[in-house]
Parts: sequence; structure tokens; C-alpha cells
Amino acid sequence: MPDPAILLAGVLNGLLAGGIYVLVAVGLTLIYGVLHIINFAHGSLLMLAMYAVFYLWRLLGIDPYAALPMVIAGSFAFGFVLYRLLIGRYNHGRDENILLITLGVSIVVDNAALLFFGGDTQTIDVTYAGSFVELGAAFLPLPKIISFAASLLLCLILGLYMAKSDTGKAIRALARERQGARLVGIDVDKLFAVSYGIGIACLGAAACLLMPSYYVTPSSGHAFVLVAFTIVVLGGMGSFVGAAVGGFIIGITESLGGLILGEQLGQIGISLIFILILLLKPTGLFGGAR
Amino acid sequence: MTSQGKFPVSRRGFVAGSSALAAGTLGFPAVLRAQPAAVKVGMIHPVTGFVAYNGQQSRLGGTMAVEDVNKAGGIKSMGGAKLEALLGDSQSKVEVGVSEVEKMNEQGVAAYIGCYQSPVGIAASQAAAKYNTPFLIDVGASDLLVSRGLKNVFRLKPGFGVCVDDGIASLGALNKAAGGVAKTAVIVHESGEFGTGTAKLLAGKLPSIDIQAKELIAHDNPTRNFDNIALRIRSLAPDIVMMSNYGNEYMLLARTLYQQKVNVAGFFSILGGGFNYKFVKEMPDVAQYMMDVNHWFNPRSAQAQALKKRVEDGGALFTFEVYLTYTNVMLLADSLERAGTADKEKLTAALASSTFKAELMPYGPTRFVNGQNQGGRPATMQALKGDIEVIAPAEFASAKAVFPKPKLN
Repeated sequence: MPDPAILLAGVLNGLLAGGIYVLVAVGLTLIYGVLHIINFAHGSLLMLAMYAVFYLWRLLGIDPYAALPMVIAGSFAFGFVLYRLLIGRYNHGRDENILLITLGVSIVVDNAALLFFGGDTQTIDVTYAGSFVELGAAFLPLPKIISFAASLLLCLILGLYMAKSDTGKAIRALARERQGARLVGIDVDKLFAVSYGIGIACLGAAACLLMPSYYVTPSSGHAFVLVAFTIVVLGGMGSFVGAAVGGFIIGITESLGGLILGEQLGQIGISLIFILILLLKPTGLFGGAR
Repeated sequence: MTSQGKFPVSRRGFVAGSSALAAGTLGFPAVLRAQPAAVKVGMIHPVTGFVAYNGQQSRLGGTMAVEDVNKAGGIKSMGGAKLEALLGDSQSKVEVGVSEVEKMNEQGVAAYIGCYQSPVGIAASQAAAKYNTPFLIDVGASDLLVSRGLKNVFRLKPGFGVCVDDGIASLGALNKAAGGVAKTAVIVHESGEFGTGTAKLLAGKLPSIDIQAKELIAHDNPTRNFDNIALRIRSLAPDIVMMSNYGNEYMLLARTLYQQKVNVAGFFSILGGGFNYKFVKEMPDVAQYMMDVNHWFNPRSAQAQALKKRVEDGGALFTFEVYLTYTNVMLLADSLERAGTADKEKLTAALASSTFKAELMPYGPTRFVNGQNQGGRPATMQALKGDIEVIAPAEFASAKAVFPKPKLN
């Protein structure tokens, strides 16, 4: 068993990693909550947003954090248009068709990225990359602390938007009862597109927060999606609070598992949580409270 | 319905037309018959998947070499037969690599070149052995590739055994010159055949230069986060960190160790997948003083420098995948030339007895023993001021090594 100071540092590392997982999972859970489908294009669209952040930095010199508003807006627009022109138009009212379309989008986007961007690893080297905060045994890199704080803030803003705004209330109504929402005059098709757009905007934000400390290749988005699925199942499919809490639980589990069992066996913790939650509480920690 | 009235034909025109037709029907087949059949070369690389970049680089080198052989008149002993590249994508998966072998076999392939990843190369070359088709390993570190008794497998480059031996010799010399500052090491490696095999060899041989391996840390591909590994390394406080992993993880690990202020005498990798010009130019602070034992071109070869310029002018990087696959196509062309046929048995015999001069590489004369070239040697490099310098072997060195590296503030 590692030294308690190392374990504490591991918990802090896990919390920082969990911050990013939360954003990816919130987008996934929102799309599931409203559209009742798993967005198979999630990893591919995250990768696309990461390339957007990379090229904004490479071509225009825009810092990844400064690019947040631009990438969030662009990702929202991309998600909205993608839903309007493709997913909404060709699903023929069947949820399973949406699933297949997002799978198709994923394959097309991955291969298009390989064609246009190449398979090379792209990174952003910001001046503050080497800055850190020393906390006991932990050296917390500044980019990860900023990403963690920004992620929490964005989740809070999104939560408030969903709770207080008319659009947010309409989305929640739609998530609860699709037919009822239509009966009270909610433009269901438009809100589907808005919800999908918000889900993809979360990926845009995650991309900005990831790039100062991660890299992008045409397959790099998928590394985060499996973890995001686990978080969504753990927190409860469609639950915002669940995604947030689940993100931190998975981040810390992964970190401590790696420290105690070794990097490879450490991933077992995530799979164990996934199995246990399916066995003991299939609706997830906050699934019933939606 | 006819259109005779619209296209009047004169007598002279008819004669000219008939002559042309006669030349077309009688003359061209004669020309076509004179063209020897192209020799099909199967190139199997992971051009998609998690090591797609490396596979694309290999494909670039291979296709450039085929182009060069054909431009120079093809295989002269076979009447100027051209090489034809059959391009396969292993998708970074073993089973797909094997299915590419089967597919190309049906297309009449004369030899294969591949596969970048050792597990794919092991399975694919085994599949090719069923048809006695020669298989040239352009990149693939595992020594299992050439220790299974397969007569069709040839590897020009050194495997991880030789790379570890040379790396140990280089590190031992550096450490001795520095007064033996390094006494302990932590080895971080990817969990596949390449990383695990290399790490085990290293751990066994480090004591011979008075360095003890404190721990071997394995990681998966891909790994999202190396923070905990950095934490573990800091808690173990080794004198050096040794690495053996593929490109993305190499780069991410290097950056995390830099961000987490892991303060050691040196970072020393064996076949570090990410140690290349792009890494040292884009992250000069992270890369500074990192050392790697790897395949490297002969900087004194005019042909290597000319190829480097061509590759860079085309917007690509001159990475080891490019020149290793290029060199393997040249080795195959040389063997075809000597065999005078694409017959598999004769081609295998020509490869086995090859004395090919690998012009681009700092190798001795080619001599295959059980499929492994005995002349293949790696070089030891160090990232210094945003560039890569060769620090060993001495006859190719372009700079003096900095070891131990200055402590971080």
C-alpha cells in the first residue's frame, strides 16, 4: 500500500482527471436523457473539436482557454446542424435509426479526419504547460487545475441554464414526457436539435480543456468515451448530477486503482463499478431522481 | 440504322485508317508481350488505428522506393519488370494483418513487407509462411519475429535484443564517464510484446552496468493520463527513467514527467516511438536532454540526405519508418535482380544469401542468420536545443552527450 501522502496526491490527480470526464459525460447524458439514444459519434465529435482547438492555436495563435467561447459556439452550431440535416431528417421517428446514424457519422468523421489531418499526433505547447502547484506530495500541473475549475464552472452554468431558462425547462419536460411536451406546444424537433447541440457544445468545452495537457489524433476521442459511458451508467442515464458525481468517482477510482494495483490492473476498478452498478442499482446512483 | 451519309470516307483516308488499325491490332500486342509482368509487393502497415501515423510513414517510404526502382528501369534481370505495390491496412489489428496476407496471396504477391507492430508482424509472417512467400520485416522490434525457424522471414534492422545490448553499452559508458551517478532505474513500458520484451531484457542487463531496476511499470495503449505513473516514479526516486513505448504514449509520458517535475539524471528510452524531429521541435523544453536508442539513418550518406530532403520537401518528416521501409524495398529489388525471377523459393534463397549494402543506414554488410541481419545496429541519440544529435556510436556521432542532465529548478 502506498504512503498516505502519495494516496492523497492520487486522489487529487483523480479529481483533476474526473473534471474532464464530467464534461464529456454530461454531454452524453444530456443527449441520452432527451433523445433516449447513446450517441455513438461522441468520441469522433470530441476528436473533431480537439482538432478545431489545435488549428485555432496553430493557425491563429488562439490559446485553448481563450478559444472556449468560440469552440463551444461552433460545436453547438455543428451539433444543431448535424441533427437538423442528418439525424433528425433520416431517423424516420425511430430511436434505433438515430443510433445507427450516429454510428455512421462516427465512421465517416474518423476516416475524414485521417484523410484531411493525417494520423500524426498533434499537441499544443502553451507557455504555462510547465507551471504547477505543489500540494504535499502532489505536483498539480496548472493546465489541469484550470481545466478542473473551468469544467466545474461550465457544469454549474449548464445546470442553472437547464433549471432556470425556458429552453432548459422545455428540454427537461421533453426528457420526461415527449408526447406531453408536444401537446403543450413545445417545438419538439427543434429542441431535439438544441439538446444535441448542447451535448456537442460540452464536447467543445472538454476539447479546449483537454488540449493543453493531451494530444489529438483521429482516434484520440474514443479514449474518453468508454469512461464517459461508465460514468453515465454509474450516475444514472440522463442525470446531470449523476454525471458530475460519477465523473469524480471514476476519476478517483482510476487514479487510486492505478496507484495500488498498477496502471494496467487499476482499470479493473472502473469495470467493477460498471458491473456492480448494473447488478445492484441498474438505474444508477441518481437515475430515479430525474 | 446507319449513319453512312454523314461520315464520307475517302480512299486515302480508308488506307490510312486501315494501316493504323492494322498497326493497332498487330503491333501493340507485340509491344505488350514484350512487357514482363509486374512483380507484386504486398505492403502491410497500420495506416488507420492507434499507430496510424507510423504506418503511413512506412507506406510513404515504401511507395517512394517502388517509384525509384521503376524509374531506374525496374528489375533488369527480369527484362525491366516493374514493381507493383499492393497496399494493405492492418488497422493496428493482428487479425486484419493476417487477412491482408491472405487477400494479397490471392492477387499473386511475390513478397510482403510490414508490419510496424510486432504482434501483427508475427502473425502475418506466419500466415505468409504457409505459401512460402518471403516476408521482410521493415519495422518490428520483437526478436520472436526471427526466432521461430521460419525460412521466409527476414529482418534487416536490429531487434530489441540488439537495441537493448547497444543501449546498455551506451548508457554504461555515459554513466562511467559521469562517475557512476546512476545507480537505480525505473522502466516504464507499453504492455504489448514490444514494450514488455524490451523492459524484461533491460531489467536483466542493467545490473551489468551497476544499475538496478527498482520497478517495471506497464501501461496500456492508449493511456489517458500518466500523472499516477509520474507520482509513482517520484516516490521511488530513481536516478534514471527508462522508457519503451509507442509514439503517443511516449510523448504524453515525457510531457507529464516534465510537468510533474520528475528530477532525474536522465531519461533514456529504447526504441522510443515518439522520439523524432517533430517531438523535439514542438516541445523543445520537454525533449531537452532526453536520450533514445533507435534506428537512425547514416547522416554521412549522400543518398540518405537526398531522400531526407525529398521527404521533407513533400511536407513529411524523415522518421525511421520512412527510411527502413524504403531500404527494405531496395533489399527486395536487389534480391529479385540476383534471383532473376519472382519464384518464391529462388527469391527466398537470394534474400538469405544477400550481401545488400543498406546505403541509407549506418549498418555493416548485410548477412542474414536465421533471417536476422547481423550487420544491423541502432544509434544513440539525444535531444539538444530543439534538434536530434547522434551521440553513439562514435563514428557517426554529431555531438557530445550531456549526462547527467542539469537538475530542474
